[in-house]
Amino acid sequence: MKKSFGAKNNNINLAKKRINSQTALRVLKRLVRYIFEAFPFQSVIILFTTLISVGANASGTFMLKEIVESILNVRKGNAEISTVLISIAILICIYLVGVIGTFTTQRLALNISAGIMRTMRDQMFKHVQYLPVQYFASHVHGETMNSFSNDTDSLREMLSQGLPQMISSTLMVIGLLTTMLILSPVLTTLVIGMLILMLFVSSFITKNGRKYFIAQQRDLAKVNGYIEEYVEGQKIVNIFCHENTTKKSFDELTEALRKSALSAQSFSNIIMPILNNMSFISYVLTAVVGVILVVNGALGTDLEKGIAIMIAFLPASKQFSMPISQFAQQFNSILTALAGAERIFNILDTHLEHDEGYVTLVNIEENEKGEFIETLDKTNRWAWRHPHHDGSLTYTELKGDVRFESVTFSYDGERNVLNNISLYAKPGQKIAFVGSTGAGKTTITNLINRFYDVPDGKIRYDGININKIKKTDLRRSLAMVLQDTHLFTGTVSDNIRYGRLDATDEDVKKAAKLANADFFISHLPNGYDTWLTSDGANLSQGQRQLINIARAAVADPPVLILDEATSSVDTRTEKLIEAGMDRLMHGRTVFIIAHRLSTIKNANVILVLENGEIIERGNHETLLEQHGRYYELYTGLFELS
Amino acid sequence: MIKKFASQIKQYKTQAILAPLTIIIEVFLEVAIPFTIGGIIDDGLKNIKFALIYGGVALLMAMLSLLAGGISGLCAAKAGTGFAANLRNALFSKIQDFSSKNIDKFNTGSLVTRLTLDINYIQMAFTMIIRIGVRAPIMFISALIMSIVLNAKLALVFISVIPFIVLGVVLLGRLAFPRFKKLFDAYDQMENRIQENLIGIRVVKSFAREDHETKEFSKLSKLVFNVTKHAEKVLVFAMPIMQFIMYLTSVLIIFFGGNMMIRGELSDGDFTTFIQYIGMILMSLMMIAMIFVTVIMNRTAMVRACEILDEKPDISDENADLTLTLQDGSIEFENVSFRYGTSQSKLILEDFNLTIKSGETIGIIGGTGSGKTTLVQLIPRLYDTNSGTVKAGGNDVRNYSLFNLRNEIAFVPQKNLLFSGTIKDNLLWGNPDATDEELQLAAKRAAAHNFIMSFPDGYNSAIEQGGVNVSGGQKQRLCIARALLKKPKIMVFDDSTSAVDVTTDAEIRSSIKENLSDMTVIIIAQRISSLSSADRIIVMSDGKIDGIGTHDELLENNMIYKEVYCSQLAGSSESETQI
Repeated sequence: MKKSFGAKNNNINLAKKRINSQTALRVLKRLVRYIFEAFPFQSVIILFTTLISVGANASGTFMLKEIVESILNVRKGNAEISTVLISIAILICIYLVGVIGTFTTQRLALNISAGIMRTMRDQMFKHVQYLPVQYFASHVHGETMNSFSNDTDSLREMLSQGLPQMISSTLMVIGLLTTMLILSPVLTTLVIGMLILMLFVSSFITKNGRKYFIAQQRDLAKVNGYIEEYVEGQKIVNIFCHENTTKKSFDELTEALRKSALSAQSFSNIIMPILNNMSFISYVLTAVVGVILVVNGALGTDLEKGIAIMIAFLPASKQFSMPISQFAQQFNSILTALAGAERIFNILDTHLEHDEGYVTLVNIEENEKGEFIETLDKTNRWAWRHPHHDGSLTYTELKGDVRFESVTFSYDGERNVLNNISLYAKPGQKIAFVGSTGAGKTTITNLINRFYDVPDGKIRYDGININKIKKTDLRRSLAMVLQDTHLFTGTVSDNIRYGRLDATDEDVKKAAKLANADFFISHLPNGYDTWLTSDGANLSQGQRQLINIARAAVADPPVLILDEATSSVDTRTEKLIEAGMDRLMHGRTVFIIAHRLSTIKNANVILVLENGEIIERGNHETLLEQHGRYYELYTGLFELS
Repeated sequence: MIKKFASQIKQYKTQAILAPLTIIIEVFLEVAIPFTIGGIIDDGLKNIKFALIYGGVALLMAMLSLLAGGISGLCAAKAGTGFAANLRNALFSKIQDFSSKNIDKFNTGSLVTRLTLDINYIQMAFTMIIRIGVRAPIMFISALIMSIVLNAKLALVFISVIPFIVLGVVLLGRLAFPRFKKLFDAYDQMENRIQENLIGIRVVKSFAREDHETKEFSKLSKLVFNVTKHAEKVLVFAMPIMQFIMYLTSVLIIFFGGNMMIRGELSDGDFTTFIQYIGMILMSLMMIAMIFVTVIMNRTAMVRACEILDEKPDISDENADLTLTLQDGSIEFENVSFRYGTSQSKLILEDFNLTIKSGETIGIIGGTGSGKTTLVQLIPRLYDTNSGTVKAGGNDVRNYSLFNLRNEIAFVPQKNLLFSGTIKDNLLWGNPDATDEELQLAAKRAAAHNFIMSFPDGYNSAIEQGGVNVSGGQKQRLCIARALLKKPKIMVFDDSTSAVDVTTDAEIRSSIKENLSDMTVIIIAQRISSLSSADRIIVMSDGKIDGIGTHDELLENNMIYKEVYCSQLAGSSESETQI
């Protein structure tokens, strides 16, 4: 079973490829720019409030020295108690400002991180909508899904905690350093010396731990991928009594994850105690050296001053190491988050569906002279608005005339899936494609709706080069019923209305009746308002197909493409649907792909495809008379009678 | 709930106990160090020698503390990752025991989130609890004791602050928990939307609904945005409040402590030590608060994971005789009634009776939603009946162990699936011990051998997740080959050749009929031609049998069958009139 992951893991390995410090920096830069562009005002403010909160903390330490000094002076009788009280009052004010600063910082960080997540998700989702179909053929959807959930989640954590902490740590280090330098340059040198040692140790540990962090991410992705695949295929697992094998393979994957996670966690877990205790060592050394300095009169002008400096300096030196160890501990998770951000940016950078189409679909009315006039009213008459190079504008009425002129097509640039295909579909015609699996039937429909593009002029729609037509407008003029049914979470009528968003309840019902779905829908617990989940879990495959057909019917298009649309519907129902469709599609074009003879036998033209070529064409009778491939394909049927 | 999770620690118990224990040592040493600092200042100022002695002791303690902390960190890593692995395995193997009904209840999307995202959160909470969860309270208590020893009067300041902190944490927790629950639900909704969109992207594109989808999605992402802010808004207060209390305490200690110093009741060194303890005590309180927050945030995740652990598998070996095996391939339905979901929903099967002899080939035909699939799903117990019994091989299906039952039944469902791996890997599902010859034989019988061999890597060609890289017809044939490898007593084809052309379909059927004549075969199909090999054909309508008989008998006396037959065969003359 281990091998079974080969194909998918390649993708994930590529996606989770090692992020080096250079890319990390580049991604971080881009991220910061992204944040500043989205929230310029709040981002500036947050820097300011962080400064306040850090400044308050540093000056608090400074005030502490003042207070202790005045206390010692009071004790000696050199000062009034009121000086102490005044200092304390100032300290309270400083602290209050600090608290307000912290609160504002946190609140703004929340605003920004939640806001960035929202913009990022919206942008990513929108971008994904317009990616070419090819992208989805070459990427497992779990991978894209992962960017939406895991990557944004780790980014959110970094934005709301890691990044603000990084900023405040940096500022805090600067603030404390200044305070300490003012208090005692000698002791500060000692602290910095220890700090460099700490930085050295922590960078040594993080560096060594990083590869395990990457391994942990990789193994986690494997485990999650396995979960997704096998939970979805649970029924098959049950049928084949494969529960134990599945569990065993899963155990192996979790064991691998456990091992890499153990190494990663071990590294990150020992950083804290090491740095923590090193800061204690630094602390003790500072105290000892400080006392020696005080005794020798090298610290402060007198003993009182010296002691006061010591008392204020020691906590400051302790605080000084804190941001460093926090940073060290977060470093690897920040890298993880940046790797996620890189994947998100990669999606955002993926080229969108190429569309230079400029011919659009508009509503028209006819004036007295018989000319077409563009209108915003819903006239139910459509035309292609075609601007020409010379600045003129023509309107061609939408009819549904589709022509292929010796189209050759290949998905990979190596093997031709279609070879020299020519076909003419006039409005009102029903064109059927027959052929064994892989003959290229679905590819033809993929070209009509421009899921994939062919060179100019090879396919014409109402006489217009299909590549000139804007993709969304082209697709609006076609309704497709695909082999794989996909229903969305929502009510039954929501799902049907997907075909035409402004359809009224009557329209929806009418379409359902036409697709012969009305009967079963009205027997559902809540009729048209029945809530469907998980791709319509409790509907039979045939019922799902009926809803799919109703969805296309409500769109009321001039061209309809049925790709094995009724394969799971019984033939009686199918016949009723066909009658309804014939009424609806009167004068319009229908393309049908089906294995079942009964589905296609009354088509005007039947094209028999083999290996991407049309080998026979004609209607049912003429093809049968030919005793060719079509006849052969269906002899199984005739043996019965 | 905690107990349930604690039981997943299993073999990592030693580490799970050692981690907090060593942390206690670390904490004690850490708390003692400031005490020596006090000594360094007080006695060191009088005599440098003391400063060096105390300093040496403190350094030694710091080293020991480092060692203890390091060991604790390693143990925590081992226990934490081990716990997560155990929990993952427990949840996953629980789901393996779920029936279709259990799965329907949770729905697959939610199960996946629970096993992926939720577990991450729980693991985080666990590591946090065994590390900081012990460290913080111990640190708090020992630092408090030390400060009392140092100066009981001054320590009163700490004690008086505690109730406020506790109150703050409890209030925040109360406020935050329901808000976080909403957040998780919103996340669920959003993820579901993304998943559906990605799976159905062709539908989206073919209806040019990209804008519509983006708009609908932005509603959800706005919802997530709002509930995130709503929930985390509460937590934002935690940090400043803690800081406020910390600062307040410092000021109070400085004030009172300063007074004591002036009166000579407190030495300079003790005062320095005391200021140290402010940091320790408040820091540990802050950490305790942080744990509460994490637990609050992750409680929803824990509840959701627990729901899986608590779910009773709807179908189990409970009343089974584990030694019982199927005698033959006979099947019997006795007064079977079935409905999906609650009692309000419609009965799919009503009082259904049918006896199938071993070795018989049965065809089932019937309208959309007439209950065909439901009927055959009852045989391998994908669902259990609401009333009545299903018998296979002479006994009630509930009397067999699931393994013995399903091992003898091959079921090729309508919505079939291949798993990522090679073609061979997938075929071996049917029989892990099958030889290459057996694989090829099964593939030949399923008319799959030729196209498999046309792939560059033959049987070792990779199948991608969900089988997206083979066509619908090829997928169906691979699934049939996989089922044939089981060499079952009963074989069920649920419309499983719909994407296979008629000639190939006939080929498959005849090779099965010729070579596996002992096997009971049930074929559900829409094409009457697919039923030509059936000994008897059952016409189903609305959950009941409308007619049983051979092809000829049904043509004679069954209206529905006759109509279906006419629509599929005698249509050639009709089509002319329709054009």
